[in-house]
Amino acid sequence: MPMEDSLPNRRTRRTYALVGNPNCGKTTLFNALTGLKQKIGNYPGVTVERKEGECTSPRGERMSLIDLPGAYSLNARSPDEAVLRDVLLGRRLDTPQPDRVICVLDASNLERNLYLATQILQLGLPTILALNMVDVAEEKGIKIDVAALEERLGCPVIPMQASIKQGLVQLKFAMDKDPMPLAKPIDLPLSRAMSNALETGHQTLVDGGLVSPSASPFESLYLLSEHDPGHHGIPSGHWPILQKARTHLEAEVSAWEDQLVSARYDWIHENCQAIIQRPGTAQASMTDRLDRVLLHPLWGWATVLAIMATLFYLIFSIADGPMTWIDNAFGAAAAAVQEAMPDGDLRNLVTDGIIAGVGGVVIFLPQILILFFFIGLMEDTGYMARVAFIMDRLMSKVGLNGKSFLPLLSSYACAVPGVMATRTIDSAKDRLITILVIPLASCSARLPVYLLMIATMVPSDQIAVTTKVGLMVGMYLLGTFGAFVFAWLFNRGLMKGDHSPMILELPSYKVPSLRGIVLQLWERTRLFIRRAGTIILGISILLWAAASYPKSDSDDPSVQLSQSFAGQIGKITEPLIAPLGYDWKMGIGLLASFAAREVFVSTMSIVYSVEENEDDITPLRDRLLAEKKPDGSPRYTPLVCLSLMVFYVFAMQCMSTLAIVKRETNSWKWPLFQLGYMTAVAYLTALLVYQTGSALGF
Amino acid sequence: MAETEKLANLSTGQTAVIVTLPQGVPSLTRLREMGVLPGTRIQLIRRAPLGDPIEIGVRGSLLSLRLQEAELIDVRPEP
Repeated sequence: MPMEDSLPNRRTRRTYALVGNPNCGKTTLFNALTGLKQKIGNYPGVTVERKEGECTSPRGERMSLIDLPGAYSLNARSPDEAVLRDVLLGRRLDTPQPDRVICVLDASNLERNLYLATQILQLGLPTILALNMVDVAEEKGIKIDVAALEERLGCPVIPMQASIKQGLVQLKFAMDKDPMPLAKPIDLPLSRAMSNALETGHQTLVDGGLVSPSASPFESLYLLSEHDPGHHGIPSGHWPILQKARTHLEAEVSAWEDQLVSARYDWIHENCQAIIQRPGTAQASMTDRLDRVLLHPLWGWATVLAIMATLFYLIFSIADGPMTWIDNAFGAAAAAVQEAMPDGDLRNLVTDGIIAGVGGVVIFLPQILILFFFIGLMEDTGYMARVAFIMDRLMSKVGLNGKSFLPLLSSYACAVPGVMATRTIDSAKDRLITILVIPLASCSARLPVYLLMIATMVPSDQIAVTTKVGLMVGMYLLGTFGAFVFAWLFNRGLMKGDHSPMILELPSYKVPSLRGIVLQLWERTRLFIRRAGTIILGISILLWAAASYPKSDSDDPSVQLSQSFAGQIGKITEPLIAPLGYDWKMGIGLLASFAAREVFVSTMSIVYSVEENEDDITPLRDRLLAEKKPDGSPRYTPLVCLSLMVFYVFAMQCMSTLAIVKRETNSWKWPLFQLGYMTAVAYLTALLVYQTGSALGF
Repeated sequence: MAETEKLANLSTGQTAVIVTLPQGVPSLTRLREMGVLPGTRIQLIRRAPLGDPIEIGVRGSLLSLRLQEAELIDVRPEP
């Protein structure tokens, strides 16, 4: 006799939580149910994406939907899984416990998906099982007796194919059911010793105040079995009690967690083997056929290389047009303000501070969008996991894993999407290390600096192009080498002993949903502009003020700059940067390019009163070459240029990256650490280059 | 009765039944939760182009794991 739930408060909107394994099509279903009505943010205190939306039932009732992070188990091993557990158990203050649950199952992989589903059913919330990807199961020759599954579990089971919205109506009707049948109890085959030990563990947590006396024993169970390195959702004061209860449990029943896993799979096998029919000989699916090529020892590499080459070609060719438009638009805006406002500080603040500063960041949006699109496409099709599979061995040499590859690679165009793409890395340690070394990849903002310095270093047009190309490649290699060295160092230094195995699922390939990708693209971009926007604006104004005050009587911008705070800082810090071969004028350039690296070029144009010309750096190059030291020797010797380039390879001069790292790590600690270590490395390597070079007589 | 072998040493395409996974090893508990348990039939699908990690088929899904973990798992190859 199935039990029935009742809804105590009819006025509040009913909330459904959407849960399921990664790659089960949960997000596709969420998009199909909610359409564009969704809100994406973050759970406070953790970098776990929070997605909410709403949909209307066939009866016209409005319902809220929370898309919870994909997970394999309620035994949390990551912040994502801890959030899932805590929302379902009503342990998060920011998210009320959902009224009901839709658990999405991958029909082609039902046994493993039932592992999480049975954990969810035991929590006692009214649950609908959405049996998704029935087409993939059919292709594999798997037959599932839906009626028998429903009968055995007691809760509604809706077969569906969320990608083409098949079964969606039936699901909505099921969501509307009131009251909804509750699942039958699931009694795992546990030994008496195990049951008793778990009971004692629950009591310990109740006595310790970790769970309320009225809480279900399952709440205690999933706290006892959590392995999230950050222990998210558990106040640090409770850790000793939890540890004590665990030690006791382990003493009573050795390897109790492993036994519980086996007991659950035994239950699933016992109860569902007659319901799931597998073909005797597996048929080669589309995924098998594709993998034969895409993971081939030779073609696999060729494909990865071809895709990456295409990506970079697109970034540097397609993005060029829109970047020029954005540049022109900001220029036009500044000109319009120039027209409309009376001359004065306020006008300068708007044109030179706000418009120029924000424009310098927004100009990278086309690149960021293309990268987001590509990353989304690779995630959605299932190819991303294949890249990780191919690259894992290489990345493991420096202590990272295959999933770090794509974020790092993206960072050769721009570090911002690279940092945001690290969310796919499950291991908290690997993710943090990847974020910390990402800005060492030479991004496109460094390119103008390298070009100017190489032109100054090798001014003669007679010198072989190969020398210039060689220098450029050298800078990229130096940055890459630095990223690997620091990844290796951080791996030894940070969070020692946190060994997380690289267990990766290679999901079935699927046709990407363009709508889903564009939706995600839009959300990520909006998030970047909104969250990083305030920080970028603040730093832009600060840098503008440093270059504009105190006022000088001269109309010459170069005189004004030299008398400003920025100029004064340049002069004060000159003794500090003199060992690198720099003078205070270069110091101003270094300071100004803290906003974004490419600003160095325009600042140097102002410092030396050269008409700025984006397409031709020859006038600026010639001016730099003419610059003399007090003793009459050239200021910009090849060695100084090399020292400057090396400084730019390592220095953390990008406020957007700092802002995004702050958001992705949830504290100022890591962006400041990054700023500190990278500046130190930049200083020391530039020092080494200049001093060694000088000693050798260059 | 066939002898047991390390999972890491299976040849490509070979199927086997898992005999033992060491208990109480945290890195293997997640693998268990994903369905890799004693008695489970698995197939070594392929090795990554650089030899490590390996891809296995288990209960209808494809998983990748490193040799480091695969060295700990004893399997009985099927003829």
